[in-house]
Amino acid sequence: MTTTSTIEHTDREPLSKHEIAAIIARDIPSGSYVNLGIGQPTLVADHLDADSGVVLHTENGMLGMGRAAEGDEIDPDLTNAGKVPVVETPGCSYFHHADSFAMMRGGHLDVCVLGAFQVSEHGDLANWHTGAPDAIPAVGGAMDLAIGAKDVLVMMTLFAKDGSSKLVPSCTYPLTGVGCVSRVYTDLALFEVGPDGVTVLETWSLTVDELAERLDVPLRRAKG
Amino acid sequence: MSRTAFHDDADAAVAGVRDGDTVLVGGFGMAGMPVTLIDALIRHGAADLTVVSNNAGNGDTGLAALLKAGRVRKVVCSFPRQSDSYVFDELYRSGALELEVVPQGNLAERMRAAGAGIGAFFSPTGVGTPLAEGKETRTIDGRDYVLELPIKGDVALIAAHRADRTGNLVYRKTARNFGPVMATAAASTIVEVRAVVETGALDPENVVTPGIYVDHVLDLAAIREAVA
Repeated sequence: MTTTSTIEHTDREPLSKHEIAAIIARDIPSGSYVNLGIGQPTLVADHLDADSGVVLHTENGMLGMGRAAEGDEIDPDLTNAGKVPVVETPGCSYFHHADSFAMMRGGHLDVCVLGAFQVSEHGDLANWHTGAPDAIPAVGGAMDLAIGAKDVLVMMTLFAKDGSSKLVPSCTYPLTGVGCVSRVYTDLALFEVGPDGVTVLETWSLTVDELAERLDVPLRRAKG
Repeated sequence: MSRTAFHDDADAAVAGVRDGDTVLVGGFGMAGMPVTLIDALIRHGAADLTVVSNNAGNGDTGLAALLKAGRVRKVVCSFPRQSDSYVFDELYRSGALELEVVPQGNLAERMRAAGAGIGAFFSPTGVGTPLAEGKETRTIDGRDYVLELPIKGDVALIAAHRADRTGNLVYRKTARNFGPVMATAAASTIVEVRAVVETGALDPENVVTPGIYVDHVLDLAAIREAVA
């Protein structure tokens, strides 16, 4: 009999997006330099402890980005990558775009959290373009982020609205990056992905066996 | 005496732009967007332009207005599609506008390379994606890279916070964004600033763009005074 450290939380509902964000925040080491992608990943900021020492990077040129600005705090010269006004934190710094992406590309950021349309079992990421013929392509910083941070975490629901799995043998949407994702945080499970395929670290609302029936990728349990 | 020219008239600041020019336009959303210079460029009438900017215009003003006026042949940007980019969307879908989508970091680095005299560089960004198709790739020390060429502007239009009479610039918060890089990458850099201060009034330790990169400065405070 093999032992496993995979944790199955079968006595509860799937995670809400806020609960996924809280799990990601739990796993970010204190003192990390972190970039949170536009959209749901920004929720992770709400769950980081003030004393965690995590420093947020925003690709439009700031380290030490604070929360969303309110009322009189709103300053058109100070926004995040989603163009939302934000505030400074003590110790923040500003730099231009080429430096901001050099910081990313050069491997200085510890963690980046991104949304995804699809992630492959080997960690390929598709999150910028649906490939629909009438869609206008827009990549922003997605490709730079995907290959830049030491750890690229994906935050997404495991299944699309049409019921198809977003964790796939290989991406059918145009790629953002090859083999760049290390972990995938979803409402139903936390996966590790990479050259050796998919390992399930934790599940919510169902077991690994139940999950395996709904996915087209081989799943392994974490070694005890 | 600095060779930088100072203007209190936006039309004079952009008078040197020519048909067919590649124009680097600063800003990320509205932060750092040189709105007054863009409006002057529309009045100026230069056409057949290639515009390099992070976005492709919002609403009906600024870059969107330049597109709507039919002055732009090609847009090079990272993120054209936004909730209010309807001017760009319509022109692109009708085939009236050529689009080159570039990952944001490659866009910045390609302009940095132009300003720094680098002939080309290998970037890991975009490897294995549709945006690397047709480009030379190379494996260096076990990692794959794509060859990226510099983007050089004939003109850069940027916004800064302050200029001194030597043309040195400081920016404010995240409105800095593409400004310092674009200032190095164009044959002629035109800057709108909220105010011009005397030489010596900026701490040399804090100058972000040295005046060597700055050809024309439009003093927005002088315009406001003239109107008042």
